[in-house]
Amino acid sequence: MPALYATAREDGVITVVDLSGRIALGEGSALLRKTIRDLLDRGRNKIILNLGDVTYIDSSGIGEMVSGFTAVRNRQGELKLLHLTKKVHDLLQITKLFTVFDVYSDEGTAVRSFQ
Amino acid sequence: MAPETKHLEVTLETHVESVNLAEEMCLRVAEAAGFSEDECYRIGMSVREGVINAFHYGNQEKPDKKIHLGIDLTTDKMVIHVTDEGKGFLLSDVPDPLAEENLLSTSGRGIFLMRTFMDEFNVVPGRTGGAEIIMSKKLPFPGEPPSNGNNGATKSGSPHQEV
Repeated sequence: MPALYATAREDGVITVVDLSGRIALGEGSALLRKTIRDLLDRGRNKIILNLGDVTYIDSSGIGEMVSGFTAVRNRQGELKLLHLTKKVHDLLQITKLFTVFDVYSDEGTAVRSFQ
Repeated sequence: MAPETKHLEVTLETHVESVNLAEEMCLRVAEAAGFSEDECYRIGMSVREGVINAFHYGNQEKPDKKIHLGIDLTTDKMVIHVTDEGKGFLLSDVPDPLAEENLLSTSGRGIFLMRTFMDEFNVVPGRTGGAEIIMSKKLPFPGEPPSNGNNGATKSGSPHQEV
């Protein structure tokens, strides 16, 4: 099963993390945790997770996203989600996390939402 | 067990990789049984969550303990059993992950996902003393004999594999 890949892009004070693959128990969840922690350690606390190429998230992955959301908020920042696939959208909806995360379908709108 | 039932049983190590292995095995059986892509996704996710539960909560990630996965394919449904070697638990003790106070919890959604994605779901005391998760999904074409495709399933009574 494919692993998770993460690439960070900076747009001013905002960091967009392009994720592809599976956010699941094991390497996927661990990489997401490390990526967010490294950004926070560098003072980057305005983060957009681009999930457009994320094919799968399990409960461990959901937990890691929630953990990241809380960690960023504790550093006075915001973590937002971009480009959800239908499966990820449905998963966030049934777990009621749609009411927790700010979710966008357009990157420009997501970037402007921080201002 | 009905004579038409195909049964597959494997013993898995308490290891992260067992989660992927269990998911892949059940997906092969589900695909061969004719489930749609969406239903396979739900079955795969449920098996994954059941084995994560056994790995993390039941066996507490102790490598000397095993996870037992059983798949029964009857003429009308696919039944999955995941048994750990922990102390067992009561479903009534599991917090509701949709409750406002639990929404930001970083864990506790696995049971909810299994309940949501499968037709039947229950937790009973397992023969190992731990918890046994039993969940099932109705076959898309009930009454037809299960496929003889290359799904790894064997006739009832065959020896189980140790992985």
